[in-house]
Amino acid sequence: MYQTKYHRASSVDEAVSLFGKSSEAKFLAGGQTLLPVMKQRLASPSDVIDLGKIKELQGVELSGDTLTIKAGTIYYDIMTNADVKKAIPAIAHLTSVLGDPAVRYRGTIGGSIANNDPAADFPAALLALGATVKTNKRSIAAEDFFQGLFSTALEDGEIITAVSFPVPAKAGYEKMRHPASRFALTGVFVAQTKSGEVRVAATGASQSGVMRVPAIEAALKANWSPSAIDSVTISANGLLADIHGTAEYRANLIKVMAQRAVAAAG
Amino acid sequence: MGVEGIGARVVRKEDKRFITGKGRYVDDIKMVGMTHAHFIRSPHAHAKVKGIDSSAALKMPGVVAVLTGREIVDDKVGNLICGWAITSKDGSPMKMGAWPAMAPETVRFVGQAVAVVIAESKNLARDAAEAVVVNYEELPAVADVQAAIKSGAPQLHPEAPGNQVYDWVIGDEGATDAAFAKAANVVKLDVTNNRLAPNAMEPRAALADYDAAEEHFTLYTTSQNPHVARLVLSAFYNIAPEHKLRVIAPDVGGGFGSKIFIYPEEMVALWASKKVGRPVKWTGDRTEAFLTDAHGRDHVTHAEMAFDANNKITGLKVKTYANFGAYMSLFSSSVPTYLYATLLSGQYNIPAIHAEVIGVYTNTTPVDAYRGAGRPEASYLIERLMETAARQLKVDPAQLRRSNFITQFPHQTPVIMAYDTGDFNASLDAAMKAIDYAGFPARKAQAKAQGKLRGIGVSCYIEACGIAPSKAVGSLGAGVGLWESAEVRVNPVGTIEILTGSHSHGQGHETTFCQLVAERLGVPISQVSIVHGDTDKVQFGMGTYGSRSAAVGLTAILKAMEKMESKAKKIAAHALEASEADIVIENGEFKVTGTDKAIALPMVALAAYTAHNLPDGMEPGLKESAFYDPTNFTFPAGTYICELEVDPGTGKTSFVNFVAADDFGRLINPMIVEGQVHGGLVQGIGQALLEHAIYDANGQPVTASFMDYAMPRADDVPSFNLSHTTTLCPGNPLGIKGCGEAGAIGASAAVINAITDAIGKNNLEMPATPDRVWRTIHAA
Ligand SMILES: Cc1cc2nc3c(=O)[nH]c(=O)nc-3n(C[C@H](O)[C@H](O)[C@H](O)COP(=O)(O)OP(=O)(O)OC[C@H]3O[C@@H](n4cnc5c(N)ncnc54)[C@H](O)[C@@H]3O)c2cc1C
Repeated sequence: MYQTKYHRASSVDEAVSLFGKSSEAKFLAGGQTLLPVMKQRLASPSDVIDLGKIKELQGVELSGDTLTIKAGTIYYDIMTNADVKKAIPAIAHLTSVLGDPAVRYRGTIGGSIANNDPAADFPAALLALGATVKTNKRSIAAEDFFQGLFSTALEDGEIITAVSFPVPAKAGYEKMRHPASRFALTGVFVAQTKSGEVRVAATGASQSGVMRVPAIEAALKANWSPSAIDSVTISANGLLADIHGTAEYRANLIKVMAQRAVAAAG
Repeated sequence: MGVEGIGARVVRKEDKRFITGKGRYVDDIKMVGMTHAHFIRSPHAHAKVKGIDSSAALKMPGVVAVLTGREIVDDKVGNLICGWAITSKDGSPMKMGAWPAMAPETVRFVGQAVAVVIAESKNLARDAAEAVVVNYEELPAVADVQAAIKSGAPQLHPEAPGNQVYDWVIGDEGATDAAFAKAANVVKLDVTNNRLAPNAMEPRAALADYDAAEEHFTLYTTSQNPHVARLVLSAFYNIAPEHKLRVIAPDVGGGFGSKIFIYPEEMVALWASKKVGRPVKWTGDRTEAFLTDAHGRDHVTHAEMAFDANNKITGLKVKTYANFGAYMSLFSSSVPTYLYATLLSGQYNIPAIHAEVIGVYTNTTPVDAYRGAGRPEASYLIERLMETAARQLKVDPAQLRRSNFITQFPHQTPVIMAYDTGDFNASLDAAMKAIDYAGFPARKAQAKAQGKLRGIGVSCYIEACGIAPSKAVGSLGAGVGLWESAEVRVNPVGTIEILTGSHSHGQGHETTFCQLVAERLGVPISQVSIVHGDTDKVQFGMGTYGSRSAAVGLTAILKAMEKMESKAKKIAAHALEASEADIVIENGEFKVTGTDKAIALPMVALAAYTAHNLPDGMEPGLKESAFYDPTNFTFPAGTYICELEVDPGTGKTSFVNFVAADDFGRLINPMIVEGQVHGGLVQGIGQALLEHAIYDANGQPVTASFMDYAMPRADDVPSFNLSHTTTLCPGNPLGIKGCGEAGAIGASAAVINAITDAIGKNNLEMPATPDRVWRTIHAA
């Protein structure tokens, strides 16, 4: 009943073809979400197709004003990558506060965004930076990619190959960690693009997943400084509430994390 | 003390095994023909079991049997017992509902087992369990202690009307009322002591084997007290008579109290191994640990303290509601009574105390002793009250404590305990000096300038350890004596085996107990081994909990050593043609004092076993045993002071400094003591800031995994600054008080006192999560 067949793909094409041949396959990247879910028997794929050894899914490239992180790159490699630190240090920082060392050594950017946990860190970076998700079929703007809790624009059997980020003028990420899981109780990514646009995304806060925060964007557009956010009011309506944080607390955190992210961005 | 004697920082002998993965835990043990058990547990907090259909499961591959609660009751396996009888104030005995090992009719908490699948592998058992159909009829449930005592609340057990187990009192009500009538000031406080899940690193496990030819059972289990397990399984659960039941607790990965108790899973594994005629293994997973390991604490208390015009305490009134969960676990009844209310005098001279404790059933996991057991609840309450009083009376909190300290010993409190010794001023002074208490206002001002709220919090705890004088606890209702036993075997070649009824599940007995032998005989600890955890090897024992292993267990070893040494001296005197009174033991030799005549221990041992030339009438051999029953509890005490900062934007707490000045009496191995204090402090801080086992109003657990239940991690706690202010315990020859629980007992109040100082608001419940602190800061 819970048997599963393990495949190790050596290329994206092979992974796609393996997927097509099985009844209920799942791609496996770092396994930091998929394996616990399988152990709890909440998922029981017929086939597990491991993407971990596919060379074309590994690595980081900086070319001009675009930073591209391949989908299978683990957090630790992102966090320590010289190009990441140079081009968008906020991403290196985000990765350094994601999970714990064990998670950072296994988990991948592709797995994170494919899973689209409402409290995951990377979706905030993609949305705030206006990133593009590359798959084996197409390119998808971050706006269109994230579609609510645990749901994305990915089609069945579609593989994320990379994420490309336009290098911003300024960016910062601050996160209040969930005391137990260390996901984002609320995390806010702020970015100012090279053309002067301001984009702010919050994760962990909303009942419908990662979201932009227009009120803070407007305030920062007028004045890129932490104090500009003082007068912004964030409504608790539609925000998550659980044993670790009320909706009002999360509304407060959106402001406070945004202010600190702006301070960190400089 | 010698390099390996008492007081030496000897590296732990057992750690080589543990850190190289060679520890041998229950789940590591495999037996020929072994089967695996998977329990079917109630998803409901309260329901009738209308029927169990296992026909489909029985047809599944590898399934050996599906056994139900009805069958275990029909086979006359006894109901679980509570081993401490408490009498209510009206003279009636406590009111208990029956707790069968698997529920035949009614389930009363989420996770209670109704049936078990036995199969060829763990996964096959798990697969089949999904095919067992249990038909439940849901009943209304109640999880909150105050909701459970309201009229009209769902009722758990017909035996306990109003869900009340007992209404117990201690102290002199008249004298206390009189003190309040005359009081210059009265300080009032409502306190909730949050429910905790113990979370030992190793989940519970049991491996049971029945030998039909011998009608004999062997049980490997995760126990802190294998002899007590055997006693209870034999005498109350009808598993087998004691000589037909061997209980082995091999390496055990932490207990914190939760592995004192004998649980349904062990009973079922034993019973099932006979039924299926094959060994049965069960290893719990983390979710099962959250659902079924006895939880800790869960009190709601109202307390009032009376002061005279000089700020001297004149009286204390306490009313506590203790949530016991759905059933009375093995020692649960004693925890909020004799282990709690007897410590309500704290370190203070309080002439009159009256406490009332109401024990309540709810549809939650049973609650029992957890590191500190009752004493953290008492200490937290008193130390929150003292802090509240200092704020209300506008006096320095350290000074208010100091001016009320007990300074004359022995001191009889109004709540049974007679403190034997202590120096509370010394530990308060040491802690204040270590944290530079006087410099705090300047540091607070500096932090304020940086937008941080800085606070300092004091906690002066006392606890009762060395559990316990058997006669005394017997008179209070305990069902067992709490002595300890030991045996010293000197082998013919002079190596030494110490058999102890204590059990090590992380405490380091294999090192500290050897240090006593090294101290007395001057032999290296490599020549000594400690045997524990097996009822076939060790004569008897009451196990390890209540910080008793050194104060009681090691004293038993000392008594056995003294007997052995006395015999060995006779043999040595005989061999050296000297008087026994002139023999001294040094560096592994028996010497005639003032001469160079000596005989080495191995030669004495050999003489004892060859028996060729022993003194007339002496029995051969060199092996002695002893039972030691303490004459009083011991009273570890100390002061913890915590300095921290609160981030007003997020409510998050960050530690600046945490100092501990403890009086544990004599330290055998200071390094191990420090480790015990570190672990205890982390648990106390965990309770104060992070941990909370939560149920929703319908009794569904909300925190049944580490993704929701916040265990403290290394970066949640500061680096600790420890020191010791020692007064030797007069109650035992080694002067030991015990150190295993102090950290968990004293730390929580220091943290909450510091946070409330930082934010300038006194009312704050544990755990002080960032959300809760932020809301408290910004509350109108
Ligand atoms: C203890 C713990 C703490 C954590 N803390 C955090 C945290 O603080 N912040 C945070 O953001 N996350 C956190 N996580 C989640 C972690 O980031 C996971 O790594 C991530 O959610 C999934 O990435 P993965 O590489 O492990 O993917 P997997 O678990 O292997 O896969 C997850 C899902 O993505 C799909 N998938 C994977 N790769 C691709 C691809 N290239 N194309 C298409 N689909 C794909 C899989 O099929 C699967 O459905 C934590 C996890 C744990 C266990």
